[in-house]
Amino acid sequence: MNWFLRHWTDVAVALWEHMAISITALAIAFALSLVIGIVAARRMRLYAVVMTLSGFLYTIPTLAFLAFLIPVVGLGRTNATITMVAFSLMILIRGVATGIREVPADTIDAARGMGMDAGQILRLIELPLALPLIVAALRVSGVTVISVSVVAAYVNAGGLGTLIFSGIATDHAAKIWAGALTVCGLAVVVDLLLAWTERRLRAGQAA
Amino acid sequence: MLLLDTWTYLIGHPNQFWKALGVHMALSASALLLAAVVSIPAGIAVARRNHLALGLVNLANVARTLPSLAVLALVMPLLGTGFVPSLFALTLIALPPIITHTIAALRGVDADVVDAALGMGMTRTALLWKIELPMALPTVFAGLRTAAVQVISGAVLASFIGGGGLGDFITAGIAMMAVPQLLLGAIPVTLLALATDFLFGVLQRRMTPIGLRSA
Repeated sequence: MNWFLRHWTDVAVALWEHMAISITALAIAFALSLVIGIVAARRMRLYAVVMTLSGFLYTIPTLAFLAFLIPVVGLGRTNATITMVAFSLMILIRGVATGIREVPADTIDAARGMGMDAGQILRLIELPLALPLIVAALRVSGVTVISVSVVAAYVNAGGLGTLIFSGIATDHAAKIWAGALTVCGLAVVVDLLLAWTERRLRAGQAA
Repeated sequence: MLLLDTWTYLIGHPNQFWKALGVHMALSASALLLAAVVSIPAGIAVARRNHLALGLVNLANVARTLPSLAVLALVMPLLGTGFVPSLFALTLIALPPIITHTIAALRGVDADVVDAALGMGMTRTALLWKIELPMALPTVFAGLRTAAVQVISGAVLASFIGGGGLGDFITAGIAMMAVPQLLLGAIPVTLLALATDFLFGVLQRRMTPIGLRSA
C-alpha cells in the first residue's frame, strides 16, 4: 500500500499506456471485422472459412503467438498490436455477421419495397439493428485484448504487464499487486460498461 | 530454415523438451480435472435455485474477465513459485467457463420434458441421471473445451512463476533472442492447444444423445 501511494503516478502512466495500446488494437480489429463481417454475413461458405481461420488464430496460446512474430517483426508494440488484433477477429467478425444475418427478411423486403438500395439497407437498417450484437462482441473482444496486452509487456509493449513482470523479476509483491489488481479492475470496468451499453441498446430497440 | 534449426535444437535437448511437455500436460490436465470436479457438482447443486444460480453465474462472468497472467501473478505473493501455485491459479482460471456452461445447460433442459419425466413417475435422482445430465452433457463439454484451451494457454504463462512447462523454452528463447529455442516452445504448445480444441469438439458431438443430434 505504501509503495502504491509513493508510486501511484507510475501506475497511472502504465494504466494509460495499457488503455492506449488496447484501444488502438481494438480499433484496427473492429475496422477489419466490420468489412469482413459485412462481406461474409450472407455468404455461408465464405463465413465458414473465415470462422475456421480466425478460430485457429484465437486458439493459439498468447505467448506462443507473440513468440511466432518475433522472427518476423521483432520485439515491441507492432508485435503486440498484431497479436491483439489476431485474437479479436473471430469474436468481432462473428458479432457483425450474426447481427446482420438476424435482421428479419421481412424488414429488408420492406426497406427494398420503399426503394432503398443495398448500401442504404446496410447503413440504415442492417447495421443499426445489428448494433447490440456488435457491442456484445466488442465487450468480449475488449476484455480479451486487455488480457492479451498484459502478456505483451513481455515483448516490450509497455502497459500494466510491465509492473507485473518487474514485480516478479525483483520479487516485489507490491508491484505485482498494483499491476495485477489494476488490470483486473480495468477488465471488469470495461466489461460492465459495455454490458450496460448493450442493455440500453436492446431496451431502445424493444421500445 | 528456422524449422530445421528448431529440429536441430530439439535433437540436442530431448530430455529437457519431453520433461517440459510432460509438465505442461500434467499441469493442464490436473487443473482441468480439479476445476471440473469442483464446478460440475456445484453447477448441478445450484442450477434449479434461481437466486443462487444467477449470483454464481454473475460472479463467474466477472471472474472470466480477469487476465490469466494477473491471476497467476497474484498467486505468487500468496503461495510462492513452482508447480503447486501454478496449478492453483490455473484451476481458478478453469472454474468460470465450466460452471457457467453447467448451469446454463441444466437450466436449458426443456421444462416440458422434465414435467413428462416426473409425470412418468421418475424420482429426482433418476430425472437428473437419465434426463437432465444426458441433455446437458454437450453444453458441459463446450465449457470443458473452452476451459481446456484457456488452461493450456495459461500454462505457458505459468513459466513466469516457475511452473515449468513449454513456456520455459519461449521465455528463455525471448530472453536470449534464440529463435529455434523459442519455436521449440511455441510450436508444440500451439499444436497442443489446437489438438485439444479439436478433440473436445469431437467429444462434444459424441456426447450429444442420438435423439438430439441435428444432422
